[in-house]
Amino acid sequence: MGTQLTNVIKTTTFALALIGLAACSSTSETEPTAPVAQESSGESAAARAARMEQERLERERMEEERREQAALNTTVFYFDFDVAEFKASDRETLVYHARNLASNPSSSIRLEGHADERGTREYNLALGERRANSIRDFLIVNGASRNQIETVSYGEERPAVRGQTENAYRQNRRVEIQPAG
Amino acid sequence: MLRLICTVWLGLWLSTSAVAAELNIEITRGVDNPIPIAVVPFSWEGAGSPGEDVAQVISNNLRQVGEFQPLSRANMLSMPDEESEVYYRDWRILAQQYLVVGKVSQIAGSQSVQVQWEFFDINRERKILGEVLTGEMSQLRDIAHEISDVIYQEITGKRGAFSTKILYVSAEGPIENTTYSLHVADYDGRRAQVLLQSPEPIMSPTWSPDGSQIAYVSFETDLPRIYIQNLATGQRRQVSNFPGINSSPVWSPDGSKLAMVLSKDGSPDIYVLDLITDEMIQLTDHPRAETEPSWTLDGQNVIFTSDRTGQPQVYQANVNGGGFPERLTFDCFYCAKGQFLPDGVNLVHVRRETRQDNSYSIAIMNLETGRVVTLTDTALDESPSVAPNGSMIMFGTTYNGQGVLDAVSIDGRVKFRLPSSQGDVREPAWSPYLN
Repeated sequence: MGTQLTNVIKTTTFALALIGLAACSSTSETEPTAPVAQESSGESAAARAARMEQERLERERMEEERREQAALNTTVFYFDFDVAEFKASDRETLVYHARNLASNPSSSIRLEGHADERGTREYNLALGERRANSIRDFLIVNGASRNQIETVSYGEERPAVRGQTENAYRQNRRVEIQPAG
Repeated sequence: MLRLICTVWLGLWLSTSAVAAELNIEITRGVDNPIPIAVVPFSWEGAGSPGEDVAQVISNNLRQVGEFQPLSRANMLSMPDEESEVYYRDWRILAQQYLVVGKVSQIAGSQSVQVQWEFFDINRERKILGEVLTGEMSQLRDIAHEISDVIYQEITGKRGAFSTKILYVSAEGPIENTTYSLHVADYDGRRAQVLLQSPEPIMSPTWSPDGSQIAYVSFETDLPRIYIQNLATGQRRQVSNFPGINSSPVWSPDGSKLAMVLSKDGSPDIYVLDLITDEMIQLTDHPRAETEPSWTLDGQNVIFTSDRTGQPQVYQANVNGGGFPERLTFDCFYCAKGQFLPDGVNLVHVRRETRQDNSYSIAIMNLETGRVVTLTDTALDESPSVAPNGSMIMFGTTYNGQGVLDAVSIDGRVKFRLPSSQGDVREPAWSPYLN
């Protein structure tokens, strides 16, 4: 026994510590490394737990703020051809927008709906409006007030990209969130 | 009902380099026999040059309407300018059926001109008619159109539409700084003038039945609203200011009403405004999109596009309400922007045949027989507009990535492209008769 067992114990402890380290760290880049168990700080176990909890909450709060900011910075939503419902992948982002409006009753936005250039111009006006309305309705259900949202359709009249390629069409089928007024 | 889908393939294309500087006339070989007619260059008496080649304007008009085959100048054996110089043999040899000759003379000491022209039936070896027209030098083009109208009516029995005009919209400049303009021009695109210019989109131009007013949609207030403008005075007024879409204004044939599309009640629907009483009636009431109204000639029905079954189809509703709208199109994946030709039987529309086929073309459906003829072979066609005599249809399409205006004769034989300025042009609106 002796040295061999001691080595195994040391290795195991070290491994456990590493695992503990990994478990404590989150995916965030700004995450400070979880402190290894301190041996002689004079802090009680309870105080340490409370501090770690606070740090965890702080990390989560910063993460949430980052997500919210990214969502609010996303102001263009794309649609599939001939479809007026927004993509499921945009749902979460739109919830942030709704909450932002809900907590700022004096702020308002303008939803601008667009269509790609295929088909007739006046029907595309209707298609653009339907897209803007689908986002408007979702925002209202999630907390925004109707009088905070103005909708307008430009149909195919204001493309984001000129051209007759699928790529151009895809970039034109959109609703943009603009500041109001 | 036996339904024949007959696509008139525009066959061989012969591109003639434009004689009139900007026009690009493409001629096809069709099944009909166009009428051979010789329009001899008019002689000129006066200072300098007349500024317009009257005979060329007449020739172009007759060629573009599809029913005529004007003789090339290079083939003419003689160039008479009055009856005494006409040898019928010269024209019979060239298999011509009709001959037009004329002379333009400047009235001494003025900018006025006198145009004397004569018109002959080669087979019967007799003069059909002759006229003397006067006007300013600057009106020579108008005089040429007038002469074309007389020739057309004399031979076909139908009223000519060569003195009509068109409205259209242009978009110029980079995407982040586009200038939209509304133009009026001769039906062939010449002598264009700007009526309105804006950094915001302009759409749906249309004419009043007497040609004195126009209506259109402008986003100048950052929202789509309908305006009416008097052509002579330039005075304009906003006609609708409802929340949501305000679009697609169309006058009734008697000029008393304006159909339009409003989405103020939740979804786009057709409304009719009585211009005299200011009363508004709602013609359709459906949660899907109802748009693109047009009137039947008797003013009793409104044709419109609705996607209530999923994709756009063309419907007809009676203005006096009551009953359900009648669906007119069935065999297409997407049918929109329906308008009746003056015959009240044929419906011109934008058509996409199937879901797999991604092209939008101009087509005509005969409502009595159900037969459909596709008039164009381009794939991004929109906004058809019909000449008041039904002889030609103008529409918007895309060429080399740019929006252009094409016109096709009703038999599909002849297609011509309007002179294109910078940027995109779209949404042509053919005027009523103006003379």
